[in-house]
Amino acid sequence: MAGFNKVVASYEAAMAGLEDNMTVIAGGFGLCGIPENLIKEIKKKGTQGLTIVSNNCGTTTHGLGILLPEKQIKKMIASYVGENDEFERQMMSGELEVELTPQGTLAEKMRAAGAGIPAFFTATGVGTPIAEGKEIRNINGREYVLEHSIKGDFAIVKAWKADTFGNLVFRKTARNFNPMAATAGNITVVEVEEIVEPGQLDPDEIHTPGIYVDRLIKGSFEKTIEQRTVRFTF
Amino acid sequence: MALSREQLAQRVAQELQDGYYVNLGIGIPTLVANYIPQDMEVMLQSENGLLGMGQFPTEEEIDADLINAGKQTVTMATGASIFDSAESFAMIRGGHVDLTVLGAFEVDVQGNIASYMIPGKLIKGMGGAMDLVAGADNIIVTMTHASKHGDSKLLTKCSLPLTGKGCIKKVLTDLAFIEIKGNKFHLLERAPGVSIEEIIKLTNGELVVPQHVPEMHF
Repeated sequence: MAGFNKVVASYEAAMAGLEDNMTVIAGGFGLCGIPENLIKEIKKKGTQGLTIVSNNCGTTTHGLGILLPEKQIKKMIASYVGENDEFERQMMSGELEVELTPQGTLAEKMRAAGAGIPAFFTATGVGTPIAEGKEIRNINGREYVLEHSIKGDFAIVKAWKADTFGNLVFRKTARNFNPMAATAGNITVVEVEEIVEPGQLDPDEIHTPGIYVDRLIKGSFEKTIEQRTVRFTF
Repeated sequence: MALSREQLAQRVAQELQDGYYVNLGIGIPTLVANYIPQDMEVMLQSENGLLGMGQFPTEEEIDADLINAGKQTVTMATGASIFDSAESFAMIRGGHVDLTVLGAFEVDVQGNIASYMIPGKLIKGMGGAMDLVAGADNIIVTMTHASKHGDSKLLTKCSLPLTGKGCIKKVLTDLAFIEIKGNKFHLLERAPGVSIEEIIKLTNGELVVPQHVPEMHF
């Protein structure tokens, strides 16, 4: 009897059932708080035609960017895709479809999907290219654009700690999109740095309750820093 | 003389008020943090999920889990808080941030801003800029007044895809501090030693020049 135990034995088991042409929602901001080993597993599986929903698409060598060389990504939904030459090349040549989405709208699309809200109105993007073809409504004298939520066949998430029930705690700004991503997957897979027994996390400190989590695995992480910026001390 | 990047940041810093929550965009806006007056408490919001951004870390303090929206390693100030991206943009969209400072390619007399893409050339994405300009009431755009080729960035109508419509009221360039109202630019201040004629020459949209235009002081 597994009960509420979400722990799986391998990365292969963690991503079992991922098929070509599925939609995958991924947490992370830049390379901070990305589910790096789950991404590597997708690369290893060779799954093709994926729609990836994530704030960024990694770099040429790290994060979601490693799915680019074998053209595993068909469509990318993101807010910022700079600093990745291969991404730019595939986008410009039309090999890769890109749907630029404002960062706050992207977060809300995930949050809404997980909360059972199919669409929402926001002022973000009204009068810009991203509102083209979408319903505009005037509410109390201001124009808002209708944005639809995004559900993933899979959501891949990186947290700091979890108990075996999948209750999650994130660390510092590695939290970012991860809590919303966790709610928006039909199958939500989480990798963490440490797994403890139920009862060892203070219920008041849990950021994401285990109800959203389907599979859990402990990994080890490179945690690559994109912009290593230090101050000088004398 | 046109303002340096540091002077632009210094002039923006004069707009800060004690107790302000402020979001600083990437580039020149980030430098504003270096000029927060000593006798003032200002809290910096970083849209990746940090309120109370501190200075850059020492080599020993570097933490891969603690970055700002420019993906640079940072520290947390005393009294900082951490939250997820939805919460971060709830703050921004909900109008809770007191001042937003960001860069742009173009601004026009209707308060439109273009800052996120140049079709066929530069397509990196808007990041949080569309949410910031839609959600904030108090925004200062910082940019150079004209391109290297002398083309004005203060236009009658933006030529590039918009980041936001009718949302910009204040622009600080290396030549002038300008307010936008009634579909016109209004010259508030000029950079030290910069003539009104030069500002007029490099402003494409209609510019209202009052009798007396004070020089900025630092």
